[in-house]
Amino acid sequence: MARWPRSLKGMAHYLDHAATTPMRSAAVDAMVPLLRDGFGNPSGAHRMAREANRVVDEAREVLADAVGAEPGDIVFTAGGTEADNLAIFGVAESGDGTVLCSATEHHAVLDPIEHLDGIVAPVGLDGVVDLVELARLLDHHDVGLVSIMTVNNETGILQPIEAIADVIAETSHSTLLHTDAVQSLSWVDVAEVCARADLVSLSAHKFGGPKGVGLLVARDRADLVPRFHGGGQERGRRGGTQNVAGIAAMAAAASEAVAQRDAEVERVSALRDDLVRRIVDGCDTPVHVTAANSAASANIAHLCFEKLESEALLFLLEKHDVMASAASSCSSGALEPSHVLAAMGIDRDVALGSLRLSLGHTSTAADVEAGAQAVVDAVGRLTEMGS
Amino acid sequence: MAQILVALSGGVDSSVAAALLKRDGHDVTAVTLKLWGGETDSGCCSVSDVEDARRVAQQLDIDHHVFNFGDDFDRHVVEPYVEAYAAGKVPNPCVECNRHIKFDKLFRRADALGFELVATGHHACVIDHDDGTRTIGRGADASKDQSYVLHMLGQEQLSRLMLPVGQYTKDEVRDLANEFGLRTANKPDSQDVCFIERSPGRGDAGRRAFLGDRIPLRPATIVDQSGDEVGSAPAIELITVGQRKGLDLGGANERRYVVDIDHETATVTVGPFADTLAPSIEVPDLTWTNEPVDDELTVQCSAHGARRLARVDGTTVHWAEPQPRVAAGQSVVLYRGDDVVGGGIAG
Repeated sequence: MARWPRSLKGMAHYLDHAATTPMRSAAVDAMVPLLRDGFGNPSGAHRMAREANRVVDEAREVLADAVGAEPGDIVFTAGGTEADNLAIFGVAESGDGTVLCSATEHHAVLDPIEHLDGIVAPVGLDGVVDLVELARLLDHHDVGLVSIMTVNNETGILQPIEAIADVIAETSHSTLLHTDAVQSLSWVDVAEVCARADLVSLSAHKFGGPKGVGLLVARDRADLVPRFHGGGQERGRRGGTQNVAGIAAMAAAASEAVAQRDAEVERVSALRDDLVRRIVDGCDTPVHVTAANSAASANIAHLCFEKLESEALLFLLEKHDVMASAASSCSSGALEPSHVLAAMGIDRDVALGSLRLSLGHTSTAADVEAGAQAVVDAVGRLTEMGS
Repeated sequence: MAQILVALSGGVDSSVAAALLKRDGHDVTAVTLKLWGGETDSGCCSVSDVEDARRVAQQLDIDHHVFNFGDDFDRHVVEPYVEAYAAGKVPNPCVECNRHIKFDKLFRRADALGFELVATGHHACVIDHDDGTRTIGRGADASKDQSYVLHMLGQEQLSRLMLPVGQYTKDEVRDLANEFGLRTANKPDSQDVCFIERSPGRGDAGRRAFLGDRIPLRPATIVDQSGDEVGSAPAIELITVGQRKGLDLGGANERRYVVDIDHETATVTVGPFADTLAPSIEVPDLTWTNEPVDDELTVQCSAHGARRLARVDGTTVHWAEPQPRVAAGQSVVLYRGDDVVGGGIAG
């Protein structure tokens, strides 16, 4: 039988914040009393139900404030993937027109769009969606929804949401804009994004909240057909009892992330730049810094090493207690060649040696120093061994 | 304490191999190779196999990794497999996978990651000789012996290889898996070519569909030894010399076998069994594990095929008595007693 809690293998240099973040203390503190005592069902009528309902309503206001939306715009979900699916299928089923996304979207967007036989728009070598081609596609097709992410989860590259909204406004007024902003809240002013997008997805565990909870901001214009029917929660847009403790923790994490954002962007981007510089300077072999000249999130360093395989590199980093990642994994756990890098025209041979180092609110100079040293050592060893 | 990388497929043999090494106090890390599956994730490296492997590693409290060797598998196993059929040969993809993936790519990766030894769950033994060399020997379970598909291993690989289950029968391996409490204890054996979905029922519909998606399959004319047409077959590529079953020859009384295949003209000649026999076979790339052996050897020409006596002269295997011809592309493996002493691919 499983023994819980299992012993965990101590601290590491965690450079994988884009995969998930450690929970902020404020989020844990918000969550625990609700798990222990505040367990009422917010849809009920009695005092304990009303207490739970109040927690959800307050969290809704806090989160609406954090992203510059109205409380009624917030639809709580079980995470970013569900929020993306609700936006895409919800719009696709409510009206006419096809759906469109960029070629570098997360699979939570790309797969639904492909499932619906939608359009995949190209990006340039800089990883940014091709606005001329986007305008042409909107001219030639009846597009009901455009979905383009705010921050790319592999490369950290920022998409120009405002310019994309302008293109949509000029060519196809009725088209809705969705953005997967799952990687954004700690690093980008999501309120500015929400000002131009009709639908915005967030996931709590990417900004110091718990896993299994997220939200979709759905502005008035977006008429969503629910994915989950039943119970009438979330104004009928998402049936099912809300994850009260998770929602409270998400709100606590979001408040802290937004309050600390400006200072953290400055602190973490300096750490990130130092990390990249140490690696580029330390390696004897060429290091490709992905889209070095594109606007990017403060916390992600994406690098490619020639004639080297990510799997071997990640294995050796782990031996040095450095946790990092490369492209996304498939369902077996194996690394898959990155569709993001392929869409940017990066050679497969180069892309196979990719490495994503992502920082976050707990990252320190010691993590950067240890991470850079481990990468330099591992790259040196693997280059020498010719694996 | 040696650091050992064990290839854990998600089957019972490699699970027990890992468990035995762990029990014996070694520093064991498990790796599952993702070789095939692509979009559908079906076949040998299915998600459920990887889950089994991962769970076994968790039960044994050893680290588990998944390496994606899909590109290498395509290049060195699947593409040559298809090309061989297109050229009228009958390839053995397990041999090529061992040659290029498990005992080359994986060994190089193990080197780079600092592992001294590599272990697999093959039913075969590594035999130590007095002069310090090693050979592959047959596994304890004659019906599961896999020494045939390991014949190509040289001293470099043998010096770093462990085959912990080779000394046990399959039943003993399953008993051990039960004793260790491993969830793979009663998992059925894998069979056939791992990257081809098993055909429902008999026949080779799976192979035909796989090849048909990749190369044009050409209809064959079947003639008798006087040249008269006696039938036809949908694909010359799927016919093997010596084959009897699956030929739709209608009203013939005597059993007729494929005695010749002219790939160029897509013509198959059938005749009596005696005409399928040959006194020798050519093995152009025959190599010896150590020194060439002049003695009479036993020779095996398919994974669980018959063992027949022969002597080797250069690259020619001379049978003690005429034997059924061996399709080009099949591995010919030479044994002295139970030890592999050499082998190659029939030309």
